[in-house]
Amino acid sequence: MQQTTRTVLMAFAATLAGGMSIGGAAAEEISTYAPVTQQRLENPEAGNWLLYRRTYDSHGFSPLRQVNTDTVKDLVPVWTFATGQVEGHEAPPMVNNGIMYVTTPGMQVLALNAATGDLIWRYKEKLPNDLFQLHPTNRGVALWGDKVYLATVDARLIALDAKTGKEVWNTKVGDYQHGEYMTLEPLVVRGKVMVGSSGGEFGVRAYIAAFDADNGKELWRTFTVPAPDDPGGDTWKSDAWKTGGGSVWITGSYDPKRNLAYWGVGNAAPWPGDLHPGDDLYTSSTVALNPDTGKIQTYFQYHWNDSWDWDEIRPPVLLNMQRNGQTIDALVHPARDGYLWTLQQTDNGIKFISGQPFVYQNAFKSLDPQTGRPTYDPEHKPVVGKQISFCPSLWGGEDWPSESYSDQTQLLYIPANDNMCGQMIGEKKQLMVGQLWLGADPDSLKLLPRGDHIGELQAWDPATGKRAWTYPFPSQLFASVLSTAGGLVFVGGTNDRMFRAFDAKSGELLWQQKTNSGIIGMPVAYSVGDTEYVAIQSGWGVDAQRIQDSLANTAMKLDANAVPQGGVVWVFALRRRP
Amino acid sequence: MAGSTLSRRALVGGCIGARGVFVARADEPVDPDRMALPKIGDRLVEAGNEPGKTPLKPDDLGLHDLTLAWAFDPQTRLARDGSRLNMVLLMRFDPATLADAEREMAPGGVVAYSAVCTHQQCWVTDWLKSAQVLQCPCHQSRYDLRQGAKVVGGPAPRPLPALPLTLSDGALKVAGPFTDRVGGEKPGAA
Repeated sequence: MQQTTRTVLMAFAATLAGGMSIGGAAAEEISTYAPVTQQRLENPEAGNWLLYRRTYDSHGFSPLRQVNTDTVKDLVPVWTFATGQVEGHEAPPMVNNGIMYVTTPGMQVLALNAATGDLIWRYKEKLPNDLFQLHPTNRGVALWGDKVYLATVDARLIALDAKTGKEVWNTKVGDYQHGEYMTLEPLVVRGKVMVGSSGGEFGVRAYIAAFDADNGKELWRTFTVPAPDDPGGDTWKSDAWKTGGGSVWITGSYDPKRNLAYWGVGNAAPWPGDLHPGDDLYTSSTVALNPDTGKIQTYFQYHWNDSWDWDEIRPPVLLNMQRNGQTIDALVHPARDGYLWTLQQTDNGIKFISGQPFVYQNAFKSLDPQTGRPTYDPEHKPVVGKQISFCPSLWGGEDWPSESYSDQTQLLYIPANDNMCGQMIGEKKQLMVGQLWLGADPDSLKLLPRGDHIGELQAWDPATGKRAWTYPFPSQLFASVLSTAGGLVFVGGTNDRMFRAFDAKSGELLWQQKTNSGIIGMPVAYSVGDTEYVAIQSGWGVDAQRIQDSLANTAMKLDANAVPQGGVVWVFALRRRP
Repeated sequence: MAGSTLSRRALVGGCIGARGVFVARADEPVDPDRMALPKIGDRLVEAGNEPGKTPLKPDDLGLHDLTLAWAFDPQTRLARDGSRLNMVLLMRFDPATLADAEREMAPGGVVAYSAVCTHQQCWVTDWLKSAQVLQCPCHQSRYDLRQGAKVVGGPAPRPLPALPLTLSDGALKVAGPFTDRVGGEKPGAA
């Protein structure tokens, strides 16, 4: 380990001429900073992680290959950093030329030397005393110019100086006392910082909004639930649109060619569909909007009249796919509703290609072969006053954690939960502003595990619609996936605190490391000098813990307190570099 | 069904509708008396029913009938509704089922606690008939209101602070301050 540390430091020292200086022993300073431009976001350097999924197409793929199927056995921790926070550590460590930016719960941003783990600056602001947090987490800062952008749980968007961590501007986006909050990493396109509002469980009417990266001025705001006179407004057959949900809480994808930003939209509120009759656009949909105007250009709704809390919150993975001898602009979405959807972006909008279940799903009877619109089995669609079971559970086949598409294997890696069904009795309740509003009898909400395992890391070939391999886990799998050109797939997400690497082609488990807590975060790969690093936050909480609590009350009898909390940034590199 | 009592009362009150306002918005200055936590001598009025400002009596509450309330200054006739952290929950039990320490603070079997979960500050409002406990809807912390709101499940680190009550002219009256600090374990932090 001593040897490794020295090697890494030397490697880092060799890069200093490229941009940074190390200050005194106490804290470092960034003397120069490589500004993030549109050109860099569209063609990121192999060693950097500048966007939520590294690239605008949301592949979550790193072209680095020093850590590979042969060398991964020598992967060892080279530094760690305790965040001082409990609850859900979900953010990818963002890396720009040797500087790492990490967000944690508790409104904290850490700037770290990505090679040494030394703290450069820390931003930590006090949250309002009366704040209530359903999801105490954050999913990272966006990078643009010489600033980083933080969306907060009290519904603010804050710009920090990337070199010093000093606040440049601080804009109120929503009203946290009315249940609006933000947990997502913003998406920046040409200096427009886009965010979305959470709060689907508090009866908000959610939106996507853009702000000027220079000064925080609001540029546009597009509601994901249209008013009656707006396009799509007629898909709400009552006044339920006023409190209809449609939250937006995972960073979108972006297609520079068509200038379309793809955003996933959350569940309709409250949960039972008979409380908001109609298709309820744009809930449980992908919307594609023009980032300059906010205008929705096209959309695809995965399932109408959502009744299961199936947010389709992740944006589609954008990829070029061969179909009938032609290359098409494909949109691939392993959905919370348990179906793997393949769509095509055309000049006339989004076209349905195929949909098939990737986990056991009993709510859809069939899909319309032309439009993909599902027909439902009413026995498995929650309504008021009746106990209904459904598969998958409200956490879905794949919840918010991101899949990854390997440009090398051309496989899609899905962190799935199979064999986990749920039940509820819908309940009509008056909305009380600032109070959770699920529309479900709390006594009735239960998980119903079935089969011999739940979590599955699945590999699919989107072009053929065939599954390549599956790696099962006894209980839940709840974390984002990274694939690399080293032929590897990385994921945490299990309640045994492991961080794992698999052979991307075969699904063979090649490496694992037990960490301080459970991992629900997003792994990244980056390089400083000639060293490749893999980084992940370990810090269990939020939904992974809620599943643990719920499975504790089933025949599985999991220990609800099995996974300790407390966040740590882990960074790995090879013990011996080739 | 669990929780239906609350919704029925809310509907009767008529003011807890969508966008009905309980608390001042973050950017508005609020009267310090409205921001204050309950004080000795305060009465209690049902949240959402402040216009009537009728102090609650034990008989106004059905058995296991969860009511959310604000403290109410009988002199100024001001409800202390300036912060959601001031919310009080009331529930009436058969006094014989209460722990001794509870019974002394619970005239007519009515117990009062801070409604603010000691985990992440959501309002604790789900009465689970099956388990006979009050559950926080956000993260399923469970409190036994008959036993000093001790935590019997979920992530909450400590009991809900109790609000000692007595009677005055038949109405519920605050007999002492909250028995512990109101709110999450680390206010403002995760």
